[in-house]
Amino acid sequence: MTEIQGATGLVLNEALLWERGVRGRRGFSLPRRDVEAVPLPEGCCRESTDLPDLSEVDVVRHYTRLSQWNFGVDTGMYPLGSCTMKYNPKINEHLAALPGFAGAHPLLPETLCQGALGLMYDLQGLLAEITGMDAVSLQPSAGAQGELTGMLLIHAFHRNHGSKRTKIIVPDTAHGTNPASAALCGYRPVPVSSNDRGILSRENVARVMDEETAGIMITNPNTLGLFEEQIREITEIVHEKGGLVYGDGANMNAVMGVVDMKRIGVDVLHLNLHKTFSTPHGGGGPGSGPVCVTEELEPFLPVPRIVKQDDRYGLSEDHVKSVGRLHAFYGSFGVMIKAYAYILSMGAENLKTASRLAVLNANYVKERLKDVYDLPYDRPCMHECVFTDKRLKAAKVTTLDVAKRLMDYGFHPPTIYFPLVVSGALMVEPTESESKDQVDRYVEAMRAIAAEAAEDPDLLRNAPARTRLHRLDETAAARHPCLKG
Amino acid sequence: MHYLSHTAEEIASMLEAIGVESLDDLFTTVPEACRRKKPMNMPPPLDEWELTGHLERMAKDTVAASGGTVFAGGGSYEHHIPAAVRALLQRSEFYTAYTPYQPEMTQGTLQAIYEYQTLVTRLLSMDVANASLYDGASALAEALLMAIRVTRRSRVAVSRAVHPHFRQVVRTYLGPTGYEILELPFREDGTTDLEALDDVSDVAAVAVQSPNVFGCIERLGEAADRAHQGGALLVSAFTEPLAFGLFKPPGDQGADIACGEGQSFGIPQSFGGPLLGVFATRDRYVRSIPGRLVGKTVDKDGQRGFVLTLATREQHIRREKATSNICTNNSLCALASAIYLACLGGTGLEDLARLNYDKAGFLKGRLIDAGFSVPFGAPTFNEFVLEAPKGFDRTYERLLDQGTVAGIPLGRWYPELSSHYLLCVTETKTAETMERLVREMTS
Repeated sequence: MTEIQGATGLVLNEALLWERGVRGRRGFSLPRRDVEAVPLPEGCCRESTDLPDLSEVDVVRHYTRLSQWNFGVDTGMYPLGSCTMKYNPKINEHLAALPGFAGAHPLLPETLCQGALGLMYDLQGLLAEITGMDAVSLQPSAGAQGELTGMLLIHAFHRNHGSKRTKIIVPDTAHGTNPASAALCGYRPVPVSSNDRGILSRENVARVMDEETAGIMITNPNTLGLFEEQIREITEIVHEKGGLVYGDGANMNAVMGVVDMKRIGVDVLHLNLHKTFSTPHGGGGPGSGPVCVTEELEPFLPVPRIVKQDDRYGLSEDHVKSVGRLHAFYGSFGVMIKAYAYILSMGAENLKTASRLAVLNANYVKERLKDVYDLPYDRPCMHECVFTDKRLKAAKVTTLDVAKRLMDYGFHPPTIYFPLVVSGALMVEPTESESKDQVDRYVEAMRAIAAEAAEDPDLLRNAPARTRLHRLDETAAARHPCLKG
Repeated sequence: MHYLSHTAEEIASMLEAIGVESLDDLFTTVPEACRRKKPMNMPPPLDEWELTGHLERMAKDTVAASGGTVFAGGGSYEHHIPAAVRALLQRSEFYTAYTPYQPEMTQGTLQAIYEYQTLVTRLLSMDVANASLYDGASALAEALLMAIRVTRRSRVAVSRAVHPHFRQVVRTYLGPTGYEILELPFREDGTTDLEALDDVSDVAAVAVQSPNVFGCIERLGEAADRAHQGGALLVSAFTEPLAFGLFKPPGDQGADIACGEGQSFGIPQSFGGPLLGVFATRDRYVRSIPGRLVGKTVDKDGQRGFVLTLATREQHIRREKATSNICTNNSLCALASAIYLACLGGTGLEDLARLNYDKAGFLKGRLIDAGFSVPFGAPTFNEFVLEAPKGFDRTYERLLDQGTVAGIPLGRWYPELSSHYLLCVTETKTAETMERLVREMTS
């Protein structure tokens, strides 16, 4: 490798907002006053607000500098496993900002918002087609709320059938949001272990599935990046006992155009528009977590539903079995626009290619690194691969050290210490957006770090060395929380 | 496809490195019985220019509030957004990053959210704020769940003058676990009737909204006293936080949790989402807070920095025992609101709130002069309820045909208010536009 991307450049310091404030400055063009002052009521007004006053240029410099301390997908490769950090097309940002969309009031009469309703209706249809499911609600605000919606649907379904179930099966590879979402429906999570091949076995599921169990939550491909090969048998076992199957679609980016989620026995699936469908992650949100369901669960979907009659779109609240409302309005409409634009610009063939290239990149990383990093499951992976810190232990360096050292090479680290079933996990998801040469540079960096671990482990322990701040003390932050200035 | 960069040669050489012949061979672990029988059926891909045309047509089929003719609020407010806010949000180092799991690479997001938390606590006069939730409605639901956790009680009292959509979301969140929700009626002046609390005991939380759904300022101090007498927390919700530039914030009136919608602060209305769930509480409840928190710390050289903290409350560690199932916050929306508040500053916020108050007061006064009645006597901010004379529904429809939305008909939410409309005025409405509306409404 000739040139390291993480070269040190000019990095500017920046104060906190209130350290810059000077009373009397302003960064806002106050609209002209064209009405008289109206008397204020007595006893309910505040004396002053303690917010800093800044000029427009102060504000612009402040946030520009902060932005320069951040690393995004536009900055470089961001192979954060389970998060699908793919490229976020620029045109989509432009389209979501069109005045008709960005300026639309959510309670407009239907006659005045046909475009917005039509977009949502079309997007529902496209997501149903991509997943193979029958009906879609776009209302959940993010993946975790999609999961909650899925649990609510399962809960409502059982209640409607007069059945009171108390448990839900959650594999040990599940995202932490799974058990937390299930708990909101009063379900007690029943763990089930994956087998020595990193996947669920029909025997393990059959052992815990009973008529007290509402269903199972399955991420497929799972968080080890492996396809649950026995999924058909597992969903049959669950269905036979009257349970339902919740599919966590966080990893849908591996299987577009390949897998039919309804056919594998999924009853409800959430998608993350901010993963599979390229909408930006925004530094941690906003996301959008639509749920896709079978015909059987459709009556329970959240309200309002988007309906179409004689080429006119409308909102319908009249669904007595519905789980109710999840969002103040209809969900993250601004995010939906970007996902819709992405799907329309890709089309069926390119979406499938995206999945195939995502899987190609992950398998390539796996093959090129497995001689230097321990690969606990040496089998074909899907969109991500998981290594461990086993071979690093001799040099007394950790997964965290490798992650921090990657920063010095100009890469965002992978997801670390997850999934929990693997000790010291390094979970790499390159996505289809990374070209071969980019992936090659990443592989070279990972190999160089493995060599450093053996020769000069302090390079890893003291990493990152090239960032503005060095390793941060997270223990101190939690011990004496300081959450505001 | 220009979002994909692999050439055929590169694919071939990568397949060779893996040791398989074709891309299909990468999917051998997917059993035949799991596969699609047919390819996905979708329209052919659109190029960038076709796509733009297609979405522009759809956007034109939706009336933008910026036309100056939508006098509706009801949880979504039209406010001017400074160009500086829009420009800074387009910094892709912010919007293409993810959750700041690796603090050395995400100090920008982390400091910005720490500043956001600080601005929120100052605005609401509370001790501690989280890094944001999805929207005001789920923030209220999370607040009630938190009150249930900290009081170990299982019923909550929610005012009917809380936004009806918020109350629906609360029912969705609290329903399956069987928590009881009591509704408090509203009085003739448009504020919550707290007398109804006399008949109930063991309430975990009393939830009111101020300004409430009718735009009326609630007597939060009184509500706090009543709640605390019975050992309950006061949860004070809001949909229009700009009001706190003028009116006493919930923290100065005894609220234990203040939560609500932050869309007014620099976030486009965008047909109702994405939104910003603002959540703040007292120091003593810090370990029961739902959602993410950013805290100050130092790096190994003693330099100031910021990290996600108190993660032991959260789902990825506590799993089913977490304080919430939430994983993300609405970070970019929180950033937008922080930049917006930084532009306004304290004095700007006070001036803008006063201007909103005066403009809404102007329309209210003109409509009263024109013979309309304003049934609720409590002070209002930005929004107020109008009782329309018989036959006004035809006028309302005629105005709609012209693209003017003369408020939100309240009958859909409150059957007893079927001839009532909720009107909203912000700084975006000129005196001239309001005069024109009054003329149209009376002609």
